[in-house]
Amino acid sequence: MERIRSFAVRHARAFEWVYVRFERALVAMDPLFRRIGYDRLERPVAAVERLTKGLLFDCRMCGQCVLSSTGMSCPMNCPKTLRNGPCGGVRPGGFCEVKPQMRCVWVMAWEGAARMRGGGQISDVQPPVNRSLEGSSSWLRVAREKAAMPGGPTDAPRDTIARAFPRARAHEPAAAPLAPEPPRASDRGVGR
Amino acid sequence: MTDATPPDFARWQPSYDTPPPGHVSSSRLERVLRQGHFAVTAELNPPDSADPADVFTAARPLAEVADAINATDASGANCHMSSIGISALLTRAGYGTVYQISCRDRNRIAIQGDVLGAAAMGVRNVLCLTGDGVGVGDQPGARPVFDLDSISLLRTIRTMRDDGVFLSGRRITSPPRMFLGAAENPCIAPLDWRPDRLAKKVEAGADFIQTNYIFDIPVFERFMARVRDLGLDRRVFILAGVGPLASGRAARWMRSNVPGTHIPDAVIDRLDRAADPGEEGKRLCIELIQQIRQIAGVSGVHVMAYRREHLVREIIAQSGVCRDRARA
Repeated sequence: MERIRSFAVRHARAFEWVYVRFERALVAMDPLFRRIGYDRLERPVAAVERLTKGLLFDCRMCGQCVLSSTGMSCPMNCPKTLRNGPCGGVRPGGFCEVKPQMRCVWVMAWEGAARMRGGGQISDVQPPVNRSLEGSSSWLRVAREKAAMPGGPTDAPRDTIARAFPRARAHEPAAAPLAPEPPRASDRGVGR
Repeated sequence: MTDATPPDFARWQPSYDTPPPGHVSSSRLERVLRQGHFAVTAELNPPDSADPADVFTAARPLAEVADAINATDASGANCHMSSIGISALLTRAGYGTVYQISCRDRNRIAIQGDVLGAAAMGVRNVLCLTGDGVGVGDQPGARPVFDLDSISLLRTIRTMRDDGVFLSGRRITSPPRMFLGAAENPCIAPLDWRPDRLAKKVEAGADFIQTNYIFDIPVFERFMARVRDLGLDRRVFILAGVGPLASGRAARWMRSNVPGTHIPDAVIDRLDRAADPGEEGKRLCIELIQQIRQIAGVSGVHVMAYRREHLVREIIAQSGVCRDRARA
């Protein structure tokens, strides 16, 4: 729903304010999450996240949320799923090349970012999405990543992405995660 | 049985060469730009054919004036001979080529492999593109891939080149020494953020930029002013896109059917009023090149003369942009 998305972008500053606090709480709850078990939490939390963010942002559950770096405009709604800005085909008035009746997700992103305190993060170069994390909870991933930061290297592929995209790693660690994934958070049938 | 004379390229031996000091590749285009010359690149109209002679025929009129020839990757989502095939043929003939990669049709596994293959075939310039949506092309039912975007693709190839690893972290024994390019579209929405997007491309690894068509000089000048304010003209070589329009009708068609094309009404009026629209389109292109040449921070032009390739040599000669150097 484009109307809801544009609401989120118009109120990007408020959403940012809320999310900063929410994220702090998530990270603080990492020891508790560990006690319960991230794997056991994965499905129920992902379900709540899907509902909430689906309603507010038309979230597609990529599992690697970068809304704080995209003006609260979800880049997975771009028909080309671009993670780094608009393509060269934006129509006059800021409409989408592929869906001419829809406003460009990235035009909205830049509008949202201009309202946010941390809006400068829109200039961070984001890595490609790890498709094996699709459908998993980005909230839990953020808690794991930020609680464990700076975090040692886990495996070569993740380490390479984190080093090749350092600013994304610093600001949106869920987009370049290093912490081990609980079994239920990865390989959710993609490509099988 | 008599053998025909073997073609020249049969003797061509691909090799892995070391770039000159201060260069990232042994590309002629990079050398020309770093020497401070006004560079010219030109786009080749890819054949719908498997005959290499068709590629050479299309390349010949461009090769006389271009420092590198762009091999498009199914532009407009229309199927033609692949950019890697064209690039490989052109390097065999000794031409510099810009190998265009669109993210629309291939995923990260295919693209990284093709980059190595292209580099091994002597390709020294690569242009990283997102690609037009499949809907505008000749096979709108195709599955769009977009696994990477132009910017993550730039960073991927830079990582391969400078760190000698794939995105997976696996080592590349001989990294691809390539001059990295990206596109920018200064004259379309969101105008205010286009320079910031350019900055992001430079940050991701772009060494040079080829823009989409520039028909609106005031808008382009505003863009370049901001680019200079951001200091980007000192970090990246910018080649402005130009091309001869065939007629007012062709221009109107392009404007509504080729994504990302901005042509002001005044330009179309001028072609409509002209007695010989083709000639007028050529004159307009020459004027645009001369005006672009005067804009600080522009390092060259990229000529896209779709189906009007025969005019490219004349356009470059008459614009006088290459008078400052003896051509090879």
